[in-house]
Amino acid sequence: MNPAIPVEYGLVLAGLLFATGLAGVLARRDLIFMLLSLEIMLNASGLAFVVAGAHWGTADGQVMFIFILAVTAAEVAVGLALLLWFHHMHQGLDADKANEMRG
Amino acid sequence: MFDLLWLIPALPFTAFGVLALFGSRLTRSAAAIAGTLPVAVSAIVAFIISAQFIAAPPVGHAYTQTLRTWVQVGGFNPAVSFLLDPLSIVMVLVITFVSFLILIYSTRFMAGDDGFARFFAYMNLFVGSMLVLVLAEDLLLLYLGWEGVGLCSYLLIGFWYREEENARSAFKAFLVTRIGDASFAVGLFLIFHSLGTLNIQEAMARASQQWVAGSALATAAAGLLLGGAVGKSAQLPLQTWLPDAMAGPTPVSALIHAATMVTAGVYLIARTHVFFELAPVMQHMVAIIGAATLLIAGTSAFVQRDIKRILAYSTMSQIGYMFLALGAGAWMAAMFHFMIHAFFKALLFLGAGVIIQALHEEHDIFSMGGLKEQLPVTFWTFLIGCASLSAVPFVTGGYYSKDLILLEVWNSPQGGSLLFIAGLAGALITSVYSFRLFFIVFFGEPNILVKKTSAPAMTVPLVILAVPAVIGGLVEMPGFFGAPHLFSRFVGNALPGFKALSPAPGTDLRLFVLSCMASLGGIFLAYLMFLRKPAFGKRLADSTPGRLAHRFFLAGWGFDRVYDVLIVEPFVRLSRMNKDDVLDHISRGIAWLVSFMHGLLGLTQSGSLRWYAMAIATGAVIFIGMVILL
Repeated sequence: MNPAIPVEYGLVLAGLLFATGLAGVLARRDLIFMLLSLEIMLNASGLAFVVAGAHWGTADGQVMFIFILAVTAAEVAVGLALLLWFHHMHQGLDADKANEMRG
Repeated sequence: MFDLLWLIPALPFTAFGVLALFGSRLTRSAAAIAGTLPVAVSAIVAFIISAQFIAAPPVGHAYTQTLRTWVQVGGFNPAVSFLLDPLSIVMVLVITFVSFLILIYSTRFMAGDDGFARFFAYMNLFVGSMLVLVLAEDLLLLYLGWEGVGLCSYLLIGFWYREEENARSAFKAFLVTRIGDASFAVGLFLIFHSLGTLNIQEAMARASQQWVAGSALATAAAGLLLGGAVGKSAQLPLQTWLPDAMAGPTPVSALIHAATMVTAGVYLIARTHVFFELAPVMQHMVAIIGAATLLIAGTSAFVQRDIKRILAYSTMSQIGYMFLALGAGAWMAAMFHFMIHAFFKALLFLGAGVIIQALHEEHDIFSMGGLKEQLPVTFWTFLIGCASLSAVPFVTGGYYSKDLILLEVWNSPQGGSLLFIAGLAGALITSVYSFRLFFIVFFGEPNILVKKTSAPAMTVPLVILAVPAVIGGLVEMPGFFGAPHLFSRFVGNALPGFKALSPAPGTDLRLFVLSCMASLGGIFLAYLMFLRKPAFGKRLADSTPGRLAHRFFLAGWGFDRVYDVLIVEPFVRLSRMNKDDVLDHISRGIAWLVSFMHGLLGLTQSGSLRWYAMAIATGAVIFIGMVILL
């Protein structure tokens, strides 16, 4: 632990990463890139946990990060399966094609 | 026997119920019996009760029968109760007797009509409502009867509703009387608010204790009641509906617009006389309205061509006499004239009906003529009716009643010479127009030949009505004949006596001579102008002032036009401007706003995945922001 780096820097970095991920989810049309951006958001929250754990001097933050990794992996598996299904239904991965509203 | 009182109005209502529900399924004769028998029984019951009342009057000369309490809210407890006293006895007897005869007449008159059962249903509803009106002990119940007769008047004037003209006349009658009814209702509110009760005798007792004579409160209450009476009785300024009400069948005109409904105003004023005695200004107003109406109506009757319009204006004029008497404080004279008038006016109208039907719906008197030989029974009974109307001295009932009114107007502290002269002039005009009618219709060359003679069902009522028109006067003859004052002694137990100024000796005789001259002179004038020298009359009518006067009188002194320009046209114009109903825009605006917001919210349901993701993100940001900041 290096006390010279204030905890705020780590949290701001995590926040920026989260915002980047969010922007990616909203701005991208292709579903794979949406999933990628979602990954970035998850990792950002993991970073926030780790930084907080380092600040309090306990191992809880890193434990949380391992949890998040496990959850992310499961989620990616399910997400890719859904993507395959989507590709099957709509012949492409354009998110805008998922619109079933008529008018 | 008195506890059968409730049967008198109940029987006609039952007839109404039966005819309204099953009328279309009954045969003609069954409907006729259902329509006339209950009123006949009512008349018999009324007669028996009245005989018992006269023979052995109850304490205080009043009998009350309470059926039930109508409303019980706070201090407001009007009851459905009937009051039997000499005034209501007179009214009940006249109403049941005349109604019965007219209903018998109608079985024949309306025989060819599709709406036969409907006619008798409405007529019975009318008779029931009128009886409730005159028997009511409570002003609210009286108002119920009042509204009931107004409704029946509307239904019966517009009986042949397929003609637009009839519907319009019915509408006009209803609207004009409604104005009077509104005034009456406000008067009821005022009386209840001030006195705490609507029971007539109770309210009058409290008023004479609590109200100061001549105060604004008393004047307002009397004035509002007068407004109602004026509307129903077709007096100034609400008189315009009566001539147009002749669009209804003739028995309707005979019953409603001659003998009974239009006299409801007279009854109201007589019944609530204490309120008028406490407001001398208003009582004087009654007399002035009566005098003005009788002159206006008399002159208008003089130039009409339609036989029923002449009789309508005549009714207006005679009710003016009753109002004149009421205004002068001659309560009994007014009721006496009401009684005699009911007989001869019903007689005249039924006779007119016979003539109209015999000449195939001809109403114009100048298309008639020479009916003396063709319709003899009608001729003689119509002569009796016209004579009674003109107050031919001694031999007719009309003479005694009209002369009594003139005498009492002269002698009354609230009357006076001006009102007397108006009444006298009116008597002259009455004779002239009634005998103008008589001579033109029955004498001269026949223009239309009578195809069929009348059935006994129509002529017998004429004869029966002619009898009281002649001898009815015998119950109340002037003092200097030394005759018994039966009527005034009987009714005097319900209405206050007449406080006469002590006249100069010989005044009575001089007044008597004057009124004889008026009535006989009028007949002579009519004879000259219409039988002897019609050319003179024509020259008078063709001259310029004659033509102007003719047009003026024909239009009933122009009241219709004045009301059209002042009231009807602006109102119709305002209604047209408000066709889309400005106030409705408020509620429609709310609906529009909701619809708009619905459209806005609908935009959020775009179906696009990224849009929804954005919505979630935005919501999260806002929520977290609120948590942090607040």
